[in-house]
Amino acid sequence: MAVAGAIEAVDLAETTLRDLNRRLHEPDPAPRWRVAHPSGAHSVAVGIDADIEVDVDGHVGYYCAGMNKRATVRVHGNAGVGLAENIMSGTVVVDGYAGQSCAASGRGGLVVVRGDASARCGISMKGVRIVVEGSVGHMSAFMAQKGALVVCGDAGDALGDSIYEARLYVRGSVASLGADCVEKDVRAEHEAELAELLGRAGVDAEPAEFVRYGSARRLYNFDVDDAA
Amino acid sequence: MCGIVGLFAKSPDVELRLGALLGEMLGQLADRGPDSAGIALYREPAALGSTKLSLFSADPDENWAAVGNATVHASHAIVEIEGSADAVVARIRAEHPHLRVMSAGDRIEIYKEAGDPRAFVERFGLRTMAGSHGLGHTRMATESRVTTEGAHPFSTGLDLCLVHNGSLSNHNRLRRALQREGIAFQTENDTEVAAGFLEWRLREGDALPEALERCLVELDGFYTFAVGTADGFAVLRDPIACKPAVMAENDDWVAMASEYRAIAVLPGADAAEVWEPEPARVYSWERAKV
Repeated sequence: MAVAGAIEAVDLAETTLRDLNRRLHEPDPAPRWRVAHPSGAHSVAVGIDADIEVDVDGHVGYYCAGMNKRATVRVHGNAGVGLAENIMSGTVVVDGYAGQSCAASGRGGLVVVRGDASARCGISMKGVRIVVEGSVGHMSAFMAQKGALVVCGDAGDALGDSIYEARLYVRGSVASLGADCVEKDVRAEHEAELAELLGRAGVDAEPAEFVRYGSARRLYNFDVDDAA
Repeated sequence: MCGIVGLFAKSPDVELRLGALLGEMLGQLADRGPDSAGIALYREPAALGSTKLSLFSADPDENWAAVGNATVHASHAIVEIEGSADAVVARIRAEHPHLRVMSAGDRIEIYKEAGDPRAFVERFGLRTMAGSHGLGHTRMATESRVTTEGAHPFSTGLDLCLVHNGSLSNHNRLRRALQREGIAFQTENDTEVAAGFLEWRLREGDALPEALERCLVELDGFYTFAVGTADGFAVLRDPIACKPAVMAENDDWVAMASEYRAIAVLPGADAAEVWEPEPARVYSWERAKV
């Protein structure tokens, strides 16, 4: 029975990952959790659907906080491939770096990476909003459909390749833009969104320092000249 | 899939425990490669004028004493024989044609076998082996058969070895080109071609980082490589970087692995600097020359 205000402590050196995730999925789980010794385990705190907070002390492997709904998951370390993949809502924060395909296919919620995010950050994003304090690797926001990606550092090659919609904000340099991704004006609503996201992520940066990129919408329709 | 690990000792304590630590790392990645496992360890050098060989025999009753003063580890034996590497390897092939030379050089020892990686660590007595640095591999076969010969690491040049996560698509053409340059291959495996390519570049005068840069131009396919030489080790990921890699370093060691959980077993991993190596960038470390 959960005691109000108490923190559920789980040590993955003693408890199995399956047991942790099963407890997080129970109806009416405890409001606050602290997970020790993840030791690079995959699928830590996946599939939560509850208004709870989970702090993970250490580095996690693949798919941490995947499919997250409503919960706040904070990783005090690095995260491997597919952090918060298919996140629906809630917040996921990583103090260190995030591996490839961070927030892949995310439909909503906020993902914050304090370090760098590797290649394909926000691939096929469908509404998630991502703030990366460091830089992102190549092919980030590939086939992005909806949402926002804020990069406080630099972006690697082919940013926003084959982008449908979604707003990409980059403060540093962009190695190259992908097919159909172009620079766009920063209007008042974009400045407001940037200010909101930087504020929520706790990042000290000026919205005016960012350049916006988005879809030129030239790939929406078949162009007969593209036929080989 | 496949899993690779590399560990480079920076302290005498880690040198003493190198085999044990590498074995722990390998065990963590057993599920990335349950088909086969292998390691290359760089250990005490051969006596001046001698060559150290790693030999494999498929015969469990092999009479190793007939080959020389052999230290036997399961199906493998380490033999030190007086003479240049070329002469010694030629002699073994002539006098013991059923034996397979897994490596030749001054320091390198290679052990590899089809089967479960955790059982491999026990069978070969990895826990008691010391060394300066080493590489390991757990294999999920794609490009060639599951055999001891098809297991990694691959060594074609002296003291040079390679482990690989990924698959190469132009290995047949490249093998033929390298054969014309005089590089010999023992299998149809794609990774052996990458090892042969490095041997060729080093023979032509490239330093290891340069040779790896050439891989980015000539090799087509997916790869994260870890490469060992007598004095160091290097890591390279292809420009697309589909295959994962994590690196970590502290005062006692430098480590690389396909996944962080293999590094998490090392002493002091929690506080080590951890990062993901960038695509198409060569990372290398060298032992201080004695």
